[in-house]
Amino acid sequence: MDLGRLKNKQQKETFLAPLVSLRQVKKVFPPVRGGNPVHALGPIDLDLRAGEFFAVVGPSGCGKSTLFELIAGLAPATEGTIAFEGKPIAGNVPDGIGVVFQEDSCLPWRTVRANIELGLRKSRLPAAERDAKVGKVLELMNLTEFASHYPAQLSGGMRQRVCIARTLVMEPRLILLDEPFAALDQQTRLLMGEEVLRLWRAIGATVFLITHALDEAAMLSDRIAVMSARPGHILEIVETGWPRERDSRILEDDRFGPTAAHLWRLLRNETLRAADAR
Amino acid sequence: MRAKWRIPLLRLLILAIGVGVLEVLCALDIIDRLTMQPPHQIFLDFIHLMASGAINQAILHTLKNVVIACAMALIVGITFASIVHLIPPLREVLDLVFSTWYAVPILAFYPLLIVVFGLGDLPPIVIGFLQGVVAVIVSMLDGLDRVPRVLRKLSRVQKMNRLETALLITLPAAAPWVLTGAKLAIMFSIIGVVASEFLMAREGLGYELSYAYNNFDNARMYPIIVLVIVFSVLVNSLLFRWEAHLLRQRGLRS
Amino acid sequence: MLCGLPVILVLTWQGLFLYAGEEALRSPAETVLAAISLVRTELFWNHLAETAHAFALALSMAVITGVALGIWLGYHRLSGEIFIPMLVGFASIPKVVLYPLVLLAFGLGLPAKVAFGTMFGVPPIALSTISAVNNIRPVLLKVGRVLGLGPADMVRIVLVPAVMPEIMTGLRLGFSLCLIGTILGEMFAARRGLGYLLMTAIGLHDVDLIMALTLLLTLFAVCASAVLLTIDRRLRRRL
Repeated sequence: MDLGRLKNKQQKETFLAPLVSLRQVKKVFPPVRGGNPVHALGPIDLDLRAGEFFAVVGPSGCGKSTLFELIAGLAPATEGTIAFEGKPIAGNVPDGIGVVFQEDSCLPWRTVRANIELGLRKSRLPAAERDAKVGKVLELMNLTEFASHYPAQLSGGMRQRVCIARTLVMEPRLILLDEPFAALDQQTRLLMGEEVLRLWRAIGATVFLITHALDEAAMLSDRIAVMSARPGHILEIVETGWPRERDSRILEDDRFGPTAAHLWRLLRNETLRAADAR
Repeated sequence: MRAKWRIPLLRLLILAIGVGVLEVLCALDIIDRLTMQPPHQIFLDFIHLMASGAINQAILHTLKNVVIACAMALIVGITFASIVHLIPPLREVLDLVFSTWYAVPILAFYPLLIVVFGLGDLPPIVIGFLQGVVAVIVSMLDGLDRVPRVLRKLSRVQKMNRLETALLITLPAAAPWVLTGAKLAIMFSIIGVVASEFLMAREGLGYELSYAYNNFDNARMYPIIVLVIVFSVLVNSLLFRWEAHLLRQRGLRS
Repeated sequence: MLCGLPVILVLTWQGLFLYAGEEALRSPAETVLAAISLVRTELFWNHLAETAHAFALALSMAVITGVALGIWLGYHRLSGEIFIPMLVGFASIPKVVLYPLVLLAFGLGLPAKVAFGTMFGVPPIALSTISAVNNIRPVLLKVGRVLGLGPADMVRIVLVPAVMPEIMTGLRLGFSLCLIGTILGEMFAARRGLGYLLMTAIGLHDVDLIMALTLLLTLFAVCASAVLLTIDRRLRRRL
């Protein structure tokens, strides 16, 4: 895939309305037992373009996960507005957003198939159509032969695939991933990364990824937001300019090193600065 | 396959040796007949007693009381735990009660219960209930505490209402612990009911046992002892298996 | 909230008293008075001494047997696989049915009481010791092996200290079961002791005495449990 066409497409998208937009978003946690209120996040301004792969990296404790919960509608913002497809998100998970957590969130008492069906519970599809949908997702995630297994019989990577599949079956337009590979080993991580890239291309959704692994962010994303220490705000948004057709072999690309190095420079300075300030 | 049967076979062998030793001791008159019958005689008495149906009434009576005590313990325990779980300050106070509950000799209240309720079915049932209910509450609370937070988030992401969350997430997640509670409740109600009947009652297996004992009726006493032991052990091991299966399915135990 | 608890209990008791009437129950105040006058009699102290003697013997036997059994079955795999299910089975039996056996074997008197109390106390102590041994972090055992400890030192230096907190939990359960076992033993197998006193009170329908004894027993059990709970928590904090 040539870079020219991609640039064109991105330019075109910037003229369209952003899929998600955050305006002056702040999160302050109320004081716990006589302590001070904790200013966790913001103010943050951010637009996600439809169809892009967007990652957020930052030092630990910078409020990445808080940002994630705000966009997922799992927690309300203290100040500012968050809109998904133009409609404000107000503490509820909007339709069209799929969420995958860092922890294994498979229901251990349900088979893989039953776990995935959970997402179709509300849709009043006829049984045949429902089965077809689940079958398609199973195939997409290479889970078909494990459909009647229980999560405990699968590896950590496989379980995380089940969670992704459960999200996909709801046909989300935005997929939120909160360090989904944090518990996996490095090789599995890289391969899972390829898998996510493949899905992203196949279903054409927008992906928003929280991670602490710089190489992962650099390899997967179109754009990477680097966050500051707490209260987290965005230091810089790095564009990678990778072609849409890519996989983990991008690690060999001449531009990969400089990109990852740039991310690390930003993060290192920030982490050291934050440590000095304390 | 071999390894799987080795342990139960060894266990059986040890039991058999134990019974054999008793048999020999009885045959040599080291244990006299008034104290204990030889095992084969107990076995014959057992067959005879069960075939005669003489204690069927007592068995049914005890079983009925155990079932009532246990059902009450489960219903009250699960409901109570679900409510208490939602009210942390209440929980804090009650935790103290629960942790000292089994330190109180509950059976010591039996005479009082007889004084209050009379010598009917109620006192053994109440003892069985009191023995079981806290075990149910404690394990249910434990189960509710252990529902992973990510699953609670999942219920919001999947847009479940309260009922759906309870039915699809919370209760199944807590199920192994509910089962543990149920197992303890059944064990404790059997213990509570039979013990109460033995102490003082007009009916039931415990009563039959104490009656046979007081009349030196060994032909009746030993079969009843065997019956109660076999029944408790059987129920217990069945529940144990079910629990192990549930835990294995979830990868909580290998 | 915590202080409200005894108040609630006393109020419930009072309510029950009002419901059941003077014939069946005594009010909290009357019971306390009865308990105080009971404590003043020499008779009570004689019986108490008898019970305390039997209970102390039973408890120490239960602890020694239970802990030894627990360490053996927890540590030695094959024995554990064979005997733990049998131990669990034994725990689930209503121990009173074994009562005639104990009496026939030991006759009336102290040995039967102690045997009975021990029988009640061993399973919870042994089972919690087993789970404690199983839950030891394997690295501790490896450290013991690396340090070249023999079996005796392994038990003394690594196993016992590591399993102490969980054993305390079992001890709390074992304590109350041992107490009830001893009392039950006395109710049938003795001419002395608090259990015997309780049995006579039931025979004479002496509600004052029944309630006073029950109150004293419960108070004793709760206080003992509170002490054990405190020790338990302190031990756990160290881990």
